[in-house]
Amino acid sequence: MFRMSLFRGGAHVPHRKTTADNPTVVMPPPAKVIIPLLQHIGVICEPTVQKGDPVKVGQIIGDSTKAMSAPVHSSVSGTVTSVDFQLWAGGVQVMTVEIQTDGLQTPLETLEPPRFSNKAEFLAAVRASGLVGLGGAGFPAHIKLSPPPGAKIDTLVINAAECEPYITSDYREILENSWNVLNGIQLVMKQLEISKCIIGIEDNKPDAIAELKKICGQAPGVTVMPLPTRYPQGAEKMLIWATTKRAVPAGKLPSDVNVIVMNVASVSFLAEFVKTGMPLVKKKVTVAGPCVANPQNVEVRIGTPLKDVFEFAGGLSREPRKVIMGGPMMGVAQHSLETAVVKHTNALLAFGPEEGELPEPTACIRCGRCTVACPMALLPLELNRAALRNNVDDLNKYGVNACIECGSCSFVCPSKIHLVQAIRLGKTQVRTAAARAAAQAQAKAAEGAAK
Amino acid sequence: MSQTLLVTSSPHLRANSSSRRIMLDVILALLPALGAAAYFFGLPVLLPVLVTILGALVGEYVMRVLVLKRDNRLGDLSAIVTGILLGMNLPPSIPLPLAFLGGAIATAFVKELFGGLGMNFMNPAMGARVFLFLAWPSMMTAWTPTVDGVAGATPLAILKGTEAAGQTLPDLMHLFVGDRAGCLGETSVLALLIGAAYLVVRRVIKLDVPLIYIGTVGLITWVFGDKNALFAGNFPVHLLSGGLILGAFFMATDYATQPVSRMGKVIYALGLGLVTAVIRLYTNYPEGVSFAVILMNCLVPMIDRYTVPKAFGAISEGAKRA
Repeated sequence: MFRMSLFRGGAHVPHRKTTADNPTVVMPPPAKVIIPLLQHIGVICEPTVQKGDPVKVGQIIGDSTKAMSAPVHSSVSGTVTSVDFQLWAGGVQVMTVEIQTDGLQTPLETLEPPRFSNKAEFLAAVRASGLVGLGGAGFPAHIKLSPPPGAKIDTLVINAAECEPYITSDYREILENSWNVLNGIQLVMKQLEISKCIIGIEDNKPDAIAELKKICGQAPGVTVMPLPTRYPQGAEKMLIWATTKRAVPAGKLPSDVNVIVMNVASVSFLAEFVKTGMPLVKKKVTVAGPCVANPQNVEVRIGTPLKDVFEFAGGLSREPRKVIMGGPMMGVAQHSLETAVVKHTNALLAFGPEEGELPEPTACIRCGRCTVACPMALLPLELNRAALRNNVDDLNKYGVNACIECGSCSFVCPSKIHLVQAIRLGKTQVRTAAARAAAQAQAKAAEGAAK
Repeated sequence: MSQTLLVTSSPHLRANSSSRRIMLDVILALLPALGAAAYFFGLPVLLPVLVTILGALVGEYVMRVLVLKRDNRLGDLSAIVTGILLGMNLPPSIPLPLAFLGGAIATAFVKELFGGLGMNFMNPAMGARVFLFLAWPSMMTAWTPTVDGVAGATPLAILKGTEAAGQTLPDLMHLFVGDRAGCLGETSVLALLIGAAYLVVRRVIKLDVPLIYIGTVGLITWVFGDKNALFAGNFPVHLLSGGLILGAFFMATDYATQPVSRMGKVIYALGLGLVTAVIRLYTNYPEGVSFAVILMNCLVPMIDRYTVPKAFGAISEGAKRA
């Protein structure tokens, strides 16, 4: 029988969830935290502290007046030692606050559980919490929870799929904090007047499914829906399709099909925040990979340098060749261990040369495996070809911007072609061409006006 | 601590597969048919196959490395696949220099000149076979039957009546197992199907194109195969004879020369069946598989152009207007 809950395409990636059975260990605050002021999709925050300022846990150190942003808080108490640009993954210079820890972890006195009596106050509280999508994308939560006026949201989808190899931080969150998960779900359902919630989770996690069914399954309107284990089940559009049978139109948002998707860790944090008033200053992170001595889940302070996290997890047993923040399919390779855990970090992986170095690409044999694997029904081989020729017309024709960069095509390619990398290049080419066309049109208009 | 962490674009995982392994699978899948041919015709019939392989390797090396100054890619095994497929499409009595020439033309001209593996628009083995067929028609149609060594007509030729001087069709069981006149690759349907099954299990090929192709040939030859009545054609003989099984499972499934999309593949397979059946029934040639493959190969860019699949969530043109 055709399984309706399965999206099209995808890939069978290895699970390697070696840390699933290890309870989360809390790591003490490091000597120094490094906190970038851009930890979300949107506008970077302005620093609100200066070098030499004393700070306390939960104190705002960066904020923005722009809507598409989320405040950044200090995760430790101590003294600001530097406010300056630093290099972060992706080759970007980001304004970053460094804080010397005093070891006392004194919380900010003014922190108290937020009070809200209507939706606007609730959203203001969510913004104040600094929450961004913890599934990995870092989309500001208060924006996500403010759908456009016309949208009539009827379903809250909770993403507990955790389809990336290695990562078990959401799994541990479900087992260890299932009441928070439920409370967070009910909070969002009540404040946004959503009657239905579906928790989507891959069926390779029977313990978590049982726990969710026990705690959340009894709540009115909440359904736990085990889904086939197939990458990328946790991709937003695939998850919405699997849980609601609604296809998000190209270029549109989940709210266009009356859905809001939140990560399981995000709702769990919201419940905790409403109880304590402590903003987002710590994160559960899966530390794993063949170079890690004791793979485990660690609760770390945001801004903890990667080298300290690895050291806490027993150190690196071998010299790593590649260090990835996030999962191996969509995670970002780090250029240095001097970068730090940010809000949406869900895993840190240390790979040796065997796993980290990618095989040399060979000629495309047009086997079509990438087209079968693409959950968006694109033709990655054609996009690759178009991008390598900077052919913007073809890139648009083959729908380059619909690519969700899940990595399934590159994963299955027998010729090991860097398809996703080429597609990313193609997206840039399309953007550049559009910008150039706009500039030319503007210049022409100005010329016309001058005449 | 390491000074040089490797930074690459995601994903950082790759499946355990390779193009070379796929080619190796195809080679393995062709072995049963080669074995069956050696069993029925004797070991020497494999000599032309070895020569075409050699020709294909030499052709690729000379054109790619010596003439075009590109890197040596003989290790991807695709030249060997081309050599075997061509060898299996030649009559066992072919003069060896012609076999060598055919192999060399396949890789040097049909493949490498168009950019090498994956870039050729035409199946190299089929292209070379048609070249040999047009250049030396008599050498290409001298067939060896199995039992007494007397040159005979192929079943399709008998069916067509062109060379049917008193010869009778072999029964279907013989056709299926393989002791009848023809190219090496046209003889044992059973052995070919064993190889095809292996490729399906290894997920190297999918059954959609072969089954639609074979089904179309079967349907058309059944309906129109008899000049005197509809639905009276001897379609089982058509299905089991000639290069249809080899062509359907090993040529029509050639990655480089088939459409990319699912819908494109269906159109391609229907076209193959139609052209093959029309050639068999209405032209002077008894066999049409290689011509059908080449003709449809030429149409692939056009088919690809009109069958770009709709992205997930994309709004169809019709809906947009509505």
